[in-house]
Formats: sequence, structure tokens, C-alpha cells
Amino acid sequence: MIELDTTDRALLRLLVEDATQTASALGRQLGLSQPAAWRRIRRLQEAGVLKSQRLDLNAEALGFGVTVFLGVKLATKGRVSIADFERAVSAIPEVQTVEHILGLYDYRLRVVARDISDFERVLRRRIMMLPGVGDVEANVLLSEERRPGPSG
Amino acid sequence: MLDDTDRRLLRQYQHGPDAALAELAEQAGLTPGTCARRLERLREAGIIRANRAVIDWRALGYEVEVSLRVTLEKSKPRAFDDFLLAARDVPEIVEIQTFLGRVDVRLSVIARDMAHYQAIYRSAILAFPNIADKEAKKNL
Repeated sequence: MIELDTTDRALLRLLVEDATQTASALGRQLGLSQPAAWRRIRRLQEAGVLKSQRLDLNAEALGFGVTVFLGVKLATKGRVSIADFERAVSAIPEVQTVEHILGLYDYRLRVVARDISDFERVLRRRIMMLPGVGDVEANVLLSEERRPGPSG
Repeated sequence: MLDDTDRRLLRQYQHGPDAALAELAEQAGLTPGTCARRLERLREAGIIRANRAVIDWRALGYEVEVSLRVTLEKSKPRAFDDFLLAARDVPEIVEIQTFLGRVDVRLSVIARDMAHYQAIYRSAILAFPNIADKEAKKNL
């Protein structure tokens, strides 16, 4: 496993803020030369610490004012095909993420909608029509913050 | 304010946030110049907040992620504020969400292993103020 020093941690924090910065811009902020910053980025990529990027979009500005997390339990009655459920749920455009979880519910879905009545349409016409869907619990997202984590 | 081209561009960009500008432009059917101008406009309008690196905590030895759902004692006026202040002090809590529903707060907690999670839970989380009820789920 890779060991991080203070500079690596600062570098990770900067990249979480904005992954599009050049090695020379990052180096300037950290007091490193461009090649030194670049080598550190390469090392973090090779160790798998930096693998992907995420576009942070303002859902509200895009017209999606409501985000709801749905806990979905599959019905135990009849043979439910997990593959059928997963395929169908992935095809719903308003469903942003699908997580398979252990606990009271089987899946956790992140659903966006324009407003509450739009959410009702998605829930009744799309979610409740999914093959094998059982109990559904809805929690409306009020706020969300991502923290820097133990590297901070 | 967004036209179909903006939406197409955002869809492509969201699908591959690490693509080079030329590649993104081609996928969206735009010239690199037009693509760059549209992205700049979307950033200025606050629609694109950022393009962030995602840290893979597993590669840093954090093998476990637990989703902790909490119900708060809401009769106290500062129940949320005090709870959130305490949660922000624990570095292993990587995400905090608040809800309207049966669940009030959801915390994503990362840990090196289950023993480490138990230690964080006992030494920090159990002492958070205003917890009425909680339930943990391990992400698969």
C-alpha cells in the first residue's frame, strides 16, 4: 500500500477541488517544480488512488430541484430476477445511481426530479412498475456535503 | 437558457469527465473552440461547479465503507447543527446528507477494517449529540 506525505495529501485536496489543473499550476501552489508535481500525480494514479473524476453539476440550475433517495426492497413473493430489476432500473433516466446494499432494503436509488409532482410521476409510473419491486421508502435530500476524508 | 447542444455536451462530459477537450468536442459534435466556449459559459453560469478527482480510499487501505442512518431528537432547536458539527470533526466521515423522511441524517464512514470501524463508532460516533436512533448498512 502507498504511503502519503503531507505534500501528497495537499495535492489530493487540490485535485478534489479541481482535477483539471495542470501539473505546473499544482506545483506552484505546493512549491514544487512542474516535473516534481507531475511525478507525484503519476505515482498516485499508478497506485490507484486517483482513478476517476466526477463532474459536479448544479442540479437545481439544470431544472432538477428535487433529489430523493429511495430504499427499495424486492418482493419475496414469486421468483424475482435481480438481473431484470437492475436492467430496468438502470434504464430510468431520472435514476442517477443504483447501489446494492445490505440491510433493511436491497437497493438504494438516487432519483432526481423537477419538483415534487414530477417526482410523484417518476415514482408511480416508473419505480412502482419495476419488476419485483416491493417496499419502497423515500427520503427527500435536504443537504449534502462531501468531506475531505482522512487525507485532509 | 440551456439548449439541446448544451445538454448533449453535459451528458458526454458527465459520462467521461477525464476526456481531453478535443475528444469531448468530437463526441458532442462540436469544434474544439465552440466546445471550450460552451464549457466556459456553463462554468460561469454555475451549472458546472467543478470537475473533481475521486479518491479511491481502498487504494489507501480503507477497505470498509459503512452507511449510517441516523434519526435525531428533533425537539431540540439545535439538534441538527450540533450533530453536524460533531460529525465534521471525524475525518473518516466522508459524506454527510440530511433528509426529510424517516431518516434525518446519513453518514458515509470509511475505515481500514471492521475493527477500525468499531473503534471509530465507539470512540466518536456514539458520543454525537441528539441521536434518537441509528442503523448501519455495509455497502456491497
